[in-house]
Amino acid sequence: MNPVPILQIDAIEVLYEQAILAVCGVSLVVPQGQIVVLLGANGAGKSTTLKAASNLVRAERGEVVQGRILYRGEDVTRSTPHSLVASGLVQVLEGRHCFAQLTVEENLLTGAFARQVSRGQLKSDLERIYSQFPRLKLRRKSLAGYTSGGEQQMVALGRALMARPQLVLLDEPSMGLAPQIVEEIFEIIQQLNQRDGVSFLIAEQNINLALRYAQYGYVLENGRVVSEGTTGELVARTDIQDFYLGGGTAGKGAAA
Amino acid sequence: MEFFLEVLLGGLLAGVMYALVAIGFVLIYKASGVFNFAQGAMVLFSALTFVSLLERGVPFWLAFVLSLAAMVLLAVAVERVVLRPLVNRPPITLFMATLGLSYVIEGFAQALWGAQVHGLELGISDEPLELGGMLLSQFDIFAAVTAALLVLALSLLFNKTRIGLSLRAVADDPLAALAVGIRLQRVWVLVWAVAGFVGLVAGLLWGARLGVQFSLSLVVLKALPVLIIGGFTSISGAIVGGLIIGASEKLAEVYLGPIIGGGIENWFPYVLALLFLLVRPAGIFGERAIERV
Ligand SMILES: Nc1ncnc2c1ncn2[C@@H]1O[C@H](COP(=O)(O)OP(=O)(O)OP(=O)(O)O)[C@@H](O)[C@H]1O
Ligand SMILES: [Mg+2]
Repeated sequence: MNPVPILQIDAIEVLYEQAILAVCGVSLVVPQGQIVVLLGANGAGKSTTLKAASNLVRAERGEVVQGRILYRGEDVTRSTPHSLVASGLVQVLEGRHCFAQLTVEENLLTGAFARQVSRGQLKSDLERIYSQFPRLKLRRKSLAGYTSGGEQQMVALGRALMARPQLVLLDEPSMGLAPQIVEEIFEIIQQLNQRDGVSFLIAEQNINLALRYAQYGYVLENGRVVSEGTTGELVARTDIQDFYLGGGTAGKGAAA
Repeated sequence: MEFFLEVLLGGLLAGVMYALVAIGFVLIYKASGVFNFAQGAMVLFSALTFVSLLERGVPFWLAFVLSLAAMVLLAVAVERVVLRPLVNRPPITLFMATLGLSYVIEGFAQALWGAQVHGLELGISDEPLELGGMLLSQFDIFAAVTAALLVLALSLLFNKTRIGLSLRAVADDPLAALAVGIRLQRVWVLVWAVAGFVGLVAGLLWGARLGVQFSLSLVVLKALPVLIIGGFTSISGAIVGGLIIGASEKLAEVYLGPIIGGGIENWFPYVLALLFLLVRPAGIFGERAIERV
């Protein structure tokens, strides 16, 4: 009955430096066209799980030693980041990681390099991003390192979109940003999801916000999935609310 | 005054030759964070390949292209055998690897082409040229023009092409470059090949000046103070550093030399570099780290 999910992670185990077990037996599914959120405290293994899927763990001396990862039904556990990006799976790293010494526009352009596209196509793709993030158009010639945190998050997201992705792995997009900027970014994410059908797997600590935009969520603790459910179910679970929000008070950055 | 200018200009022109070697370092350091001790060996290997081909009757341009092809092959081999297995290792490990690499390249060059000294004639006379009352070496002027063209070509490559943009992206943030799907390994091969090309140009100019022989690989040592002064990450820094070293060592030789008894040229650049280290450890053009939260 289920169509093939866009991403399926099957009981993966990730080791860093062949010794540090960061993630153990994590399984999750991102159905086609949905927003799924990965919750958990610092060090729970959210970033590691995302980097396992995009295969960036290897660049940090990590390795998926158990389990497998399927992208559109295909085993991609050992694929290179380049081939994953080329086939539409892109990660936006935690902390944004813009190319500080490149201009905003150059940053965006690099996002399209994994696809072989003509200059004309590049131009029209750029315009598409600028229409989504009008602010970036104004800042196109500035060095990314000199733009604000919110603009950098937009650069990072826009750069990923230049790859024309089907699935974006988004690592803590709200980190260090003012509430209304976060709201703005999540609105764009929702629009991309609904209008262009892009699926998202988002790691977040801002649980209220994440549950508002996602359809399904997983909670990680010490590298394991400790609970999961539709966002409605998770919102109703007071233990989760209490645990992550410190007794039911609003989390930082969660707009009312 | 005229004499001063003549010494100064002569020094600046000589400095261009140092800058050429330093640029090769900067390219590799920027893109892969490796201080490539083997740059000198690459200069030697490329020049030796070129002369040996020339001596065997290969025409000038064909010899140039073949030498360039040899440098590209070398770049591919280095990426496969050295960089790929050592990826993510601490910089000192990579530095040691390039130290080893420099001996391998020198040994290979010697086995392939023999150890004798070769003269290299580029067809530029070293007769001084009179310009506005000053005597300047024609060869130096030729070298400076060549270097200027090379730098122009590099800046076009870096700023106007996709490859150049990928290269700068990798230099800026390798993890992010990987995340957007840039193939690091390809970029490394490319950078080493470009550094090989710069090495070839430097090797021909230095070879024409000193003869192509094993001491050519020691031009590395001349590039070190240039890099300390200019910064390891900036091509403009390498040029300015080269000019400063060239000019100051000639001026020191002429004006200070007689007072302390000559031979200053050989150690003066290092003293200057040490002074710079105390004042500006990142070099004049060392990357301004952009920090913003
Ligand atoms: N490169 C690395 N080398 C060694 N251990 C690592 C590395 N990266 C992460 N770890 C460890 O793996 C575990 C999971 O880290 P991870 O970054 O995935 O957590 P996270 O949920 O993303 O946390 P945060 O909310 O702080 O970003 C942590 O214990 C961390 O110390
Ligand atoms: Mg994280």
